[in-house]
Amino acid sequence: MNQDYREMWKRLGLDLAAHDALLEVLGKGYQDIYLAQKDRPEGMGYFDFVMSEVHGLRIKELMDEKAAGKKVIGSFCVFVPEEIVRAADATLVGLCTGADFATEEVERVLPRNTCALIKSAFGFKLGKVCPYLESADMLVGENTCDGKKKSYETLAGLVPNLHIMDIPQMKSAEGKALLKAEYLRFKDAVEKLTGIAIDVARLKKGIEIANNKRKAIHRLAGLRQADPAPISGLDALLANQVFFYDDPGRFTDSVNKICDELEKRIEKGRGVFPKGTPRILLSGCPMAVPNWKLPWIIETSGAVIVGEESCVGERGTRNLTDDSGSTVEALMEAIVDRYFKVDCAIFTPNPDRLDHIVEMVTDYNADGVIHYGLQFCQPYLMESMPVEKALEEKNIPTLRIDTDYSMEDVGQLKTRIEAFIELIK
Amino acid sequence: MRCAGIDIGSRTIELVVLKDREIIETRQSDSGFDPMARAMELLQGVMHDHIMATGYGRHLFELSFEAPTVTEIKAYAVGARFLFPRVQTVLDIGGQDAKAISINERGRVAKFEMNDRCAAGTGKFLEIMAQTLGYSLDAFGAEALKAVNEMQISSMCTVFAESEVTSLVSRGEDRRDIALGLHRSVVRRALGMLKRVTVKEPILFAGGVARNPCMRHLLEEALGVPILAPENPQMVGALGAALMASEG
Repeated sequence: MNQDYREMWKRLGLDLAAHDALLEVLGKGYQDIYLAQKDRPEGMGYFDFVMSEVHGLRIKELMDEKAAGKKVIGSFCVFVPEEIVRAADATLVGLCTGADFATEEVERVLPRNTCALIKSAFGFKLGKVCPYLESADMLVGENTCDGKKKSYETLAGLVPNLHIMDIPQMKSAEGKALLKAEYLRFKDAVEKLTGIAIDVARLKKGIEIANNKRKAIHRLAGLRQADPAPISGLDALLANQVFFYDDPGRFTDSVNKICDELEKRIEKGRGVFPKGTPRILLSGCPMAVPNWKLPWIIETSGAVIVGEESCVGERGTRNLTDDSGSTVEALMEAIVDRYFKVDCAIFTPNPDRLDHIVEMVTDYNADGVIHYGLQFCQPYLMESMPVEKALEEKNIPTLRIDTDYSMEDVGQLKTRIEAFIELIK
Repeated sequence: MRCAGIDIGSRTIELVVLKDREIIETRQSDSGFDPMARAMELLQGVMHDHIMATGYGRHLFELSFEAPTVTEIKAYAVGARFLFPRVQTVLDIGGQDAKAISINERGRVAKFEMNDRCAAGTGKFLEIMAQTLGYSLDAFGAEALKAVNEMQISSMCTVFAESEVTSLVSRGEDRRDIALGLHRSVVRRALGMLKRVTVKEPILFAGGVARNPCMRHLLEEALGVPILAPENPQMVGALGAALMASEG
């Protein structure tokens, strides 16, 4: 390992021994799950590089940006508007929440029956192993589910600058007004942090950066409609995960390059799995790095994932922000419009999400839906039952999986998933 | 043509050999601590053209013997339909899994439910409870049927239920009454699973736990209809795998 990185990690206050252990597990997991895949697009080499440098080069880049006076803002949710962050020349990073870490420490401050995602965020903080978290000048805690909302009260005592953002729970005029007020307050906070006044030109630039990333991801998603699928669900998920912390321009270019390659594959009828492989739409809770368990089981059981109805997926990326406004007020309104469409399960009622799942099943020609509910995630687990019922009424086979980040249930999950694939074949 | 099916479960391994869809041989052994060695022993001297594996050890078997595999869920559905062609619902309770399977008119799995990581409501639960009460597994069901004053067991968790049983024993309750309550708690859990896949008659009860007369009795009582019980309920999965092997 590069010596510069170790010094950098030390300066960030990481626990080097624990961090080494984390990188080793991460590297091994990536090797076994990602590099073991056959016939991957060559362009994925970029993501292999990103993953190998996930705590190295990318952190060094952030450090260099910080040295040049730029700010880093960390987030746990797709409701934090990237447009506003980019408008102030700051960098938005999605924080690590995809692995169990320092569980004993975490359970001293959070109840055991808290979802693995929240516990993971705390584990990375308490275990001192996340350089993104440590390099952030501001963290944003959004009031989505009760678990996150209440845990931020504890997180506030662990980090220097936690900005709490309230999020509406109903798609009403009042709800939208709340989101708008909170986004304006966030804009003020970002301006204060960076010392930059966000004007029309800056906001337009911020919107363009975020939209370009989304457009690249939309293009990638569209190519997955092909049979045979030109890219595995695991690789597409990785692109959606890296979306949250890579340099946006480089990310956009790299995804577009992969798309060029996939278009050629499709022309030649080439895929990562044979034509006719059962096609799965994954729907439910977000999967942050390195939570690859379920997609890995699915794609090693004879099916291919063709879409993710998830925050780390199409729920998070699907709409563009209208950049036609000519005042800050109008552009902020457009940003609010865009994010208010996100159909997170914290909203009640939330019929748009079901419509989107059905739409994705049709668009990506999926044979069935696997609903991923993270254990103790009340909003998505609650929704999973009516979603399953509604999909089955439409003759869309659905399997509900309720799991966490541990590997103890892999055997049982494999049996259930294989049986589901036998059923839809 | 001879086709074999092997069901490598958590507690037992079953082997069924078919000749032109006629059962010509069945074998069974404990899974032990080295299921592949046991499977090899079981296959000693068995002639077959094709073999298919199911059960927990199917993937290990696939690696060792280059055999195709099928999940227990499909294997039980196929085996059940062979024995009873009109079956629409299968309840399979094995050593560490419980499954409810609904089968459509074409004989295909329409929907299934399976217990997740915990062994509550499975054969393992009954096995440990029998031990706690000092019964052999074979006698457990028959003794439970002799209960006069059934005890309510509220815990589904094996560990908690064990302490519940211990406290009932120390209170001086008749162990047969406790045994009936324990069986009832497994039935309650099975019913929950059956209801999630919708129960349609005829219903077949299979897996090792189907050998237990008290379980059969309580299930029939709760469902209000007779349930089908194959002669050897543990062979249904291996039979299904053998049938699928014969279809290539």
